[in-house]
Amino acid sequence: MTTTTIAHPEYNYKVVKQFALTTVFWGLIGMTVGVLIAAQLIWPALNFETPWLTFSRLRPLHTNAVIFAFGTSALFATSYYVVQRTCKVKLISDKVAAFTFWGWQAVIVSAVITLPMGLTTSKEYAELEWPIDILITIVWLAYAYVFIGTVAIRKTSHIYVANWFYAGFIITVAVLHLVNSAAIPVTLFKSYSIYSGAVDAMVQWWYGHNAVGFLLTAGFLGMMYYFVPKQAERPVYSYRLSVVHFWALISLYIWAGPHHLHYTALPDWTQSLGMVMSVILFIPSWGGMINGIMTLSGAWHKLRTDPILRFLIVSLSFYGMSTFEGPMMAIKSVNALSHYTDWTIGHVHSGALGWVAMVSIGALYHVIPRLYGKTEMADIKLINTHFWLHTVGVVLYIVAMWISGVMQGLMWRAVNSDGTLTYSFVQSLEASYPFYFVRFLGGVFVVAGMLVMVYNVVKTVRESKQVSAA
Amino acid sequence: MNMDYGTYRGVYTLILMVLFLVIVYWAYNKKSKSKFDDIAQSIFEEDEVNKDPNLKEQKNGND
Repeated sequence: MTTTTIAHPEYNYKVVKQFALTTVFWGLIGMTVGVLIAAQLIWPALNFETPWLTFSRLRPLHTNAVIFAFGTSALFATSYYVVQRTCKVKLISDKVAAFTFWGWQAVIVSAVITLPMGLTTSKEYAELEWPIDILITIVWLAYAYVFIGTVAIRKTSHIYVANWFYAGFIITVAVLHLVNSAAIPVTLFKSYSIYSGAVDAMVQWWYGHNAVGFLLTAGFLGMMYYFVPKQAERPVYSYRLSVVHFWALISLYIWAGPHHLHYTALPDWTQSLGMVMSVILFIPSWGGMINGIMTLSGAWHKLRTDPILRFLIVSLSFYGMSTFEGPMMAIKSVNALSHYTDWTIGHVHSGALGWVAMVSIGALYHVIPRLYGKTEMADIKLINTHFWLHTVGVVLYIVAMWISGVMQGLMWRAVNSDGTLTYSFVQSLEASYPFYFVRFLGGVFVVAGMLVMVYNVVKTVRESKQVSAA
Repeated sequence: MNMDYGTYRGVYTLILMVLFLVIVYWAYNKKSKSKFDDIAQSIFEEDEVNKDPNLKEQKNGND
């Protein structure tokens, strides 16, 4: 110890391991439920005439599982890993960190039980009833304490940009959750929103779109700003751009919500404002995407040999695609065609499966071996297999939904010369059937990829246990 | 002296815009460049700790 001047910090990897492994587990579960409900849209008999297994109850279970169980666990795992390594200090409290893990798992298990029972507030992505909302609030404040507290006791003079994005995501999600979930409880399992009518709708989509903007974007951009440079072994393309990217993104996203409510009872000027802000959002989104991809400039050959880097860079391509598509769909005249069709579902999945899932999977393949004292996963070839299964699955999914969605939009608006509708709704549904099958197939590819990942992770963890026992 | 709602929003927007321009100036002025480059490099100056995570965590009361 006399040879070193800096004391080596001992990091808390236990909570990172826990969250990393549960991310893989919940990812598999959430995506499998997604495939089941995709199959139900083709073969409705698959609900087995059981209320618990109907599409209406499993759909929120799917969205909650992939966003809050898979995605948010990935954010917990990587944020705890990144904050310790970039601040060169151990988490401020092991006990509170452990509480965030068990508390968050309790939230997920409550969702898994209550949603199939049909207990819901009916607010999309905020379906969980008030007792669970209170638990979420407590766990989230503990998370904020652990993350921000650790940044506060850092041993470095600066705060690396990834931590800004993580902190922005944690603080904003706390505010969004508190405001949107404000409700008056009637019984233990039933509450009513304190907002009503158009205001309720506006608050809901202010929440809903910022769940996309902060949970599914800012948090994962934090992940991107650490893991892309680390895996590429080069510093980020422009740190100065990342600073502007951060402030521009967080100050613009918050305004985009009204684009979910075009041509509704929402005041017209609010819709137009939401549209304009959504279109402007294209600029910081692409700034960040270019910053990430250009990190590889001069080292593009690494993509040929490194499947983890492939996951990370392709995730950024999907991010660029969906952040171009999103502003376009927010334009009122485009929205008149796209809204309520499968195009929206395709857009969401290009963001969720293409961007969020791929950047998380890439980050996990980087982190998991390091957590277990290894330099790489047990089987690199299987990472490549996973990459191709996932990519093919996502492409099948979004292409099917694009075609189906645009077709639905055109069929719904088609009118005869006497002004009557050309097609009934059922006719448009029948036309969508083949695409529902392609979507189902895409989902099967993605889940197959997750199974490959589970096998690879189990193998990696086992090998490390054998080494340390020997 | 009472500022109406529209004027208030206008002034607020102006303040935000100025703030944003200050951030852009701060990020891109020449003095900040070397500092930002150092920060970008900082993620590579990590010590490999917890090399034997299973052992060290127990010692650390972490497991």
